[in-house]
Amino acid sequence: MIGPGARVRLAHKVRLRRDPRTNKMVLLYPERGLELSETAGDIAALCDGRSAGAIVEALAARYAGVARERMEQDVLAFLRTLAERGLLHVEEETA
Amino acid sequence: MSAVDERLLPRPYTLVAELSYRCPLSCAYCSNPIDLDRRRDELATSDWKRVLAEAAALGVLQVNLTGGEPLVRDDLEELVAAARASELYVNLITSGIPADGERLARLAAAGLDSVQLSVQDVDPAGAAWIAGRDGLAAKLEMASAARALGLPLTLNVVLHRGNIARTAAFVALAEQIGAERLELANTQYLGWALLNRDALLPSRAELAAARAVADEARERLRGRVEILFVRPDYYADRPRACMDGWARRYIVVTPDGTALPCHQASSISTLAFENVRARSLAALWNDSPAFRAFRGEAWMPEPCRTCDERDVDFGGCRCQAMALLGDPAATDPACARTPHHELVLAARVRAEESVRAAAEPLRLRRLPLR
Repeated sequence: MIGPGARVRLAHKVRLRRDPRTNKMVLLYPERGLELSETAGDIAALCDGRSAGAIVEALAARYAGVARERMEQDVLAFLRTLAERGLLHVEEETA
Repeated sequence: MSAVDERLLPRPYTLVAELSYRCPLSCAYCSNPIDLDRRRDELATSDWKRVLAEAAALGVLQVNLTGGEPLVRDDLEELVAAARASELYVNLITSGIPADGERLARLAAAGLDSVQLSVQDVDPAGAAWIAGRDGLAAKLEMASAARALGLPLTLNVVLHRGNIARTAAFVALAEQIGAERLELANTQYLGWALLNRDALLPSRAELAAARAVADEARERLRGRVEILFVRPDYYADRPRACMDGWARRYIVVTPDGTALPCHQASSISTLAFENVRARSLAALWNDSPAFRAFRGEAWMPEPCRTCDERDVDFGGCRCQAMALLGDPAATDPACARTPHHELVLAARVRAEESVRAAAEPLRLRRLPLR
């Protein structure tokens, strides 16, 4: 389970880029691809080793109209989806 | 001006670049065409570089560098670099023979993203029976080199009657070599595999046992090794969504530059496939009569035309309809909703009756390295 303290980074096999045909961000990995919504693309771009909580902070500044609690739920849910697919390297918060 | 409105067309996501039909192996289920010996012509480096750039401009995001054996091309490093320069995700699909860790390091430096390594069998006699030789030692060496370079590794095993009982050993091998993904893909009976079908098609019980092993391993290894199990369409009762639909997501370019909607499509002798030397990839994808032939639903006969699953399987495999019925526009006989399904049922009956595999001689593909 990924919490706000978990540090996250896209898995080594994953490449994030923009799809010029759709202008959406896509995650590419061996013989597959995942098309991302605008928000998901923003989250993926922030998976650089910082904590999930820090991603929420960065997005909260960008999307001022969204409730903080809702933002955190959405970010964690998306990060869990990526982790389940083996697309995210997660370092759990050490106590 | 284009004859069709490009905005309404699908775009290809993956280019399958068959760089050469030359291969150190002679697998009896090879997806290369049966008339290999007439197809020795190979595109030049400059042709492939243009094809890669045109593919990216057309919307392709991934390229599979395959063959035959792509390592036989001396310009592979240059092609990997060209693909990466176009931002393509570059997968190398290889037999791992000959093993060469230094070459793999050069390919990684050129921008290679992932390696898919085939293993024919863990049993040397079994490998020799199906592929003409055993190459496991070389494959292990290549796997080890890939891991040392940090390249994500997929282990691909084509299952058939001769090796399907060793499915658990293939799972163990995937764990041992640190593969992130294991493809247990049953043979589909086209081309060379169709010639050898009666020796290769497993019985229903053998298939069920292998599937159970794969299901158990998928749960046990969740999060560590992704396990795919692809059954043979002969046992599915519904056709495969072959290539995710004709000319819908994939474009294949053969060693001599012929552009195809799937690896097997050159077996459809009623279609004229054009060459990338003559036209751009975009022109071929958008306008070529061969690509338009079975795109969408207009070509479909009954029972596909009114079938509630036609957008799931797209009518199945055109090459299988050609191979079994001589009509590429017929419903795929793998489907239980067509009377022609009896052809598939008859093959299943023979799979229950025939003698054990290793006793039967196979027709191995042959195309030397040089």
